[in-house]
Amino acid sequence: MASPLDQFQIKPIVSLGKIGNSEIAFTNSSLFMMLVVLAIGVFFMMATAQRSLVPGRLQSFAEMLYEFVANTLKSAAGKEGMQFFPLVFSLFLFVLTANFMGMIPGSFTVTSHIIVTFALAMVVFLTVIAVGFAKHGTHFLGLFVPGGAPALLVPFLVVIEVISFLSRPISLGMRLFANMLAGHIALKVFAGFVVSLGALGIGGILGATLPLGMIVALTALEFLVAFLQAYVFTILTCVYLNDALHPGH
Amino acid sequence: MASPQKTGTEVPGGSADVGFPPFKTETFASQLLWLAIFFGLLYWLVSKVFAPRLTDVIEGRASRIARDLDDAAAAKAKAEEAGLAYEKSLADAKAKAQGIAQAKRDEVNAAVEARRKALEGDLAAKLAAAEAQIGTTKSKAMANVEGIAAEAAAAIVQRLGGAAPSKGDLDAALKAALKA
Repeated sequence: MASPLDQFQIKPIVSLGKIGNSEIAFTNSSLFMMLVVLAIGVFFMMATAQRSLVPGRLQSFAEMLYEFVANTLKSAAGKEGMQFFPLVFSLFLFVLTANFMGMIPGSFTVTSHIIVTFALAMVVFLTVIAVGFAKHGTHFLGLFVPGGAPALLVPFLVVIEVISFLSRPISLGMRLFANMLAGHIALKVFAGFVVSLGALGIGGILGATLPLGMIVALTALEFLVAFLQAYVFTILTCVYLNDALHPGH
Repeated sequence: MASPQKTGTEVPGGSADVGFPPFKTETFASQLLWLAIFFGLLYWLVSKVFAPRLTDVIEGRASRIARDLDDAAAAKAKAEEAGLAYEKSLADAKAKAQGIAQAKRDEVNAAVEARRKALEGDLAAKLAAAEAQIGTTKSKAMANVEGIAAEAAAAIVQRLGGAAPSKGDLDAALKAALKA
């Protein structure tokens, strides 16, 4: 029987060559990244084709997504935050679609690889740093100095603030990666129980209904997690971008 | 980035199936490359096509609603103005009608009054004439009454006394009787 980790295996489809010992290839992961972008692209192309005053179903849904992310961004980073809307919207759509696409049996979950989630988190992190310094210059460093703290404590607080700032991309990427990975592993493990118990004869088949019920419940939970993690990723992105715009503590 | 070269003869993926897949660092470069390509494409699509389109639609709708509301408010104000103007002209017309009616009434009253006065004057004149006539007739009659009374008294006295009274006695007695 396949190991629960098999679903995360990256398999090259078309190899393009090697750099050092890293293979550059169009893999199943690349295929699903492409499908994610393709799905988003096709959906929004169709949804925004009419641009009608009274929206149809597709357009309504697209507007709903737009307003959802726009409101999240505005409430976290204010009106100026809307300049980052394309980035935040892209991140939300990419993570959400990748998470949901991973729920299709037999598919590959792009966001279950830490390098992908970490790279997305780094995009946010680097954007915050670049925009923070571009907008506020060295004032951006005020982010690390809590206002109203006793002078004696300031050095320690600065160290803590710097560490917490630097750990942001790690926690942001790790959270999404771990959630997706753990959920999919749990589903596979319970599915494995069903198969092994089922092989034990009639008693085993009866016993296997228990993990089967578990799978049903977990699948529902995983759909929730798929949305929730995309939302959490988005809202944290908005909160971090707010620091770039308003670094004052 | 080094230009990828195709090596069609090699079978890829020799190192697979051992270890924890997400921690296989040899897959990182490839994943990062394709993530950059596809996420970059998505970002470009969202920032250049989808977000502007949706912004246009949503802001266009908001401004259209705001404009329609403004139009409605303006139309309402206009309607109220027209209502006020109508009421004003109605009041004017009423006042004018009342003025005309009052003038006519006064005119008619004056005419009636004049006619009444003329009639009264006429009647008073006739009354005076009639009274005058009555007075003359009465005095004439009274004069006759004196003559008749004298004759009657003379005849009565003659019948009673046998002799006709003298003219002087008769006149004196008559005068005293008429005075009483």
